[in-house]
Amino acid sequence: MILARVKGTVVSSQKTAKMEGIKLLLLEKIDPVTMQGKNDFVVAMDGVGAGIDEVVFYVSGSGARMAETTKNLPTDATVTAIVDIIEQNGNIAYQKN
Amino acid sequence: MILGIVTGTVTSSSNNTDIRGGRYLLINKCNKQGETKNDFLVALDLVSAGNGEMVMIAQSTSARETPTTRNKAVDAIVVGIVDVIDENGKVVYKK
Repeated sequence: MILARVKGTVVSSQKTAKMEGIKLLLLEKIDPVTMQGKNDFVVAMDGVGAGIDEVVFYVSGSGARMAETTKNLPTDATVTAIVDIIEQNGNIAYQKN
Repeated sequence: MILGIVTGTVTSSSNNTDIRGGRYLLINKCNKQGETKNDFLVALDLVSAGNGEMVMIAQSTSARETPTTRNKAVDAIVVGIVDVIDENGKVVYKK
């Protein structure tokens, strides 16, 4: 899974039928050492109700279709978790406030 | 599989993967000597790898080939902890 921060949402009215009713999130991949964005963005389906600026991780490829809310949907990236804590070598690199 | 060093853990209370057991580790990809590349990913750990250990990570569909992760939303798991790597008969990494 890849760590990322929710930067925004993506709205599309003209799309394939099976995309109806699914929230699309704009994610920026982050470097867990600096917690800074890598200026590398992806659109992912929201599987957990992630909010703006929250740190999450997402599943890519076929795994993205295995989440409860994205079964058999045309997605290759789904946010499966909102991160509470990233611990590195004993110290807290990130903690959700 | 790719090689990586366990550098930490990632905790999430609100996730919808409903994977029983295991925990999420922060992995820093590394070369065969164990030198890290500052390229991170999160992998599900089912073999209780410790911090600093070199591990093998299986990604994409293969990550679901375990009883715990069958049909679950996961794309990277720790499949083993590396003890020794030898190249051309010479040990290049030892735990």
